[in-house]
Amino acid sequence: MKRFSGFNLIGEAFRSHQGWPEHWPDKAPKAAYDAIIVGAGGHGLGAAYYLASKYGITNVAVIEKGWLGGGNTGRNTTIIRSNYLYDESAHLYDHAVKLWDGLSQELNYNIMYSKRGVLMLAHNVHDVQSFKRHIHANRLNGVDNEWLTAEECKAYCPPLDISPNARHPVLGGALQRRGGTARHDSVAWGYARAASALGVDIIQNCAVTGIRRGADGAVEGVETERGFIASKKIGVSAAGNTSVVMAMAGLQFPLESYPLQALVSEPVKPIFPCVVMSNTVHAYMSQSDKGELVIGAGTDQYISYSQRGAFHIIEHTLAAICEIFPIFTRMRMLRTWGGIVDVTPDRSPILGKTPVPGLYVNCGWGTGGFKATPGAGDLLAYTIAHDAPHRINAPYNLDRFRNGRLIDEAAAAAVAH
Amino acid sequence: MLLIHCPYCDEDRPEVEFANGGQAHIARPTDPSTYSDPEWEEFLYIRRNPRGRHHERWRHLHGCGRFFNAVRDTVTDRFETTYKAGEPAR
Repeated sequence: MKRFSGFNLIGEAFRSHQGWPEHWPDKAPKAAYDAIIVGAGGHGLGAAYYLASKYGITNVAVIEKGWLGGGNTGRNTTIIRSNYLYDESAHLYDHAVKLWDGLSQELNYNIMYSKRGVLMLAHNVHDVQSFKRHIHANRLNGVDNEWLTAEECKAYCPPLDISPNARHPVLGGALQRRGGTARHDSVAWGYARAASALGVDIIQNCAVTGIRRGADGAVEGVETERGFIASKKIGVSAAGNTSVVMAMAGLQFPLESYPLQALVSEPVKPIFPCVVMSNTVHAYMSQSDKGELVIGAGTDQYISYSQRGAFHIIEHTLAAICEIFPIFTRMRMLRTWGGIVDVTPDRSPILGKTPVPGLYVNCGWGTGGFKATPGAGDLLAYTIAHDAPHRINAPYNLDRFRNGRLIDEAAAAAVAH
Repeated sequence: MLLIHCPYCDEDRPEVEFANGGQAHIARPTDPSTYSDPEWEEFLYIRRNPRGRHHERWRHLHGCGRFFNAVRDTVTDRFETTYKAGEPAR
């Protein structure tokens, strides 16, 4: 790896930038590894990076059936925040937000983390009460979140329509100033480059077709399209396809996979300074550094692996956007796409050990996994390295669906994660 | 948007008339007080979530209002068949 620095940049400028090496080499699989990560999204690559950098396991392979960062890492709306209600959630997501800080420097790769603030709008009395409860709970957990009046919301985000006779009047909002966005592709690329430099093999276009288990039930390795690869430790970070991978080990999971859509407009000059979420009318939006408005829509109502959703979901979201931001009613939308999100019954992730020895899982992030990328990667790596969960992800075990200790953010987060 | 055949109305109608009811053919406990924790987990939370052929319930919410079952491929989203509630799985 050649480090990015002012000195190297100037040096390369004298030879037409011909000396920059590839970010990561495309590796053929070795016969055996100390640990295998299934899924080269942000979470999986992050886990490989932290295994190598923090937990001393460098003989690691990341196996990906498609291309690196081509799943939900490349399909989300890049929002980062940690203002969740419950203690377990606040600790988990804030662990990630703390890692986002300084990640560009750590990886020597500009992931463009922008703390532009996440503003969640309150449209009715229930919203106001619920958000204020969130703010108080967050402050007790050391997570910044503050209440803004409607006028303060307008000052923070000028395109907002706060007139009292609007279809969805703005009564105020909860603002997390540390929240914001990051460049999603750069996150995957940065982790891949840094992990690769530490000796991690990244193997793309190589689907896992089976998980081999020994007589004692423990994992022995994975069957892939390019042959058997042995490993005593396998971490699965396969998002929407987790149920499929887990079935290879004989496990059924409390997961359902749904299409979740997003869309971008034509690029325009900077007009939208922050992230705005409106859970009541189900719309959320930010402006990318390229100038596109990035808009998140809802999930379809049925299970699907098709990576595309129905158009009436888009229509519903745009109707809400046009009501809250009349300024954008004549904006043209350029692209829509869908990703497959794995949703748990309590809308909180599953991150830890499984009943199969040597098999670890990071799944169930549902509609909000991007914000947790560094945290999920770090905690999955910790769990694999120690064969035990960190205290932050200990509550996110699989047993909670048996003993009833759910982390019920489905009710607490008021929808859009 | 899906086009769904309601076996009661015997018509193909747009998806917005329907509400998805999740995995089909999950039997309710006949004697709940005897159910163990793993059995409750299985009944309440564990789902098949297959990549491919899937049995699911739909309700013709803005039509006849009745529940029925469907077989759909979750990769292509194409319906194989729909049939009335109470009929055996196809």
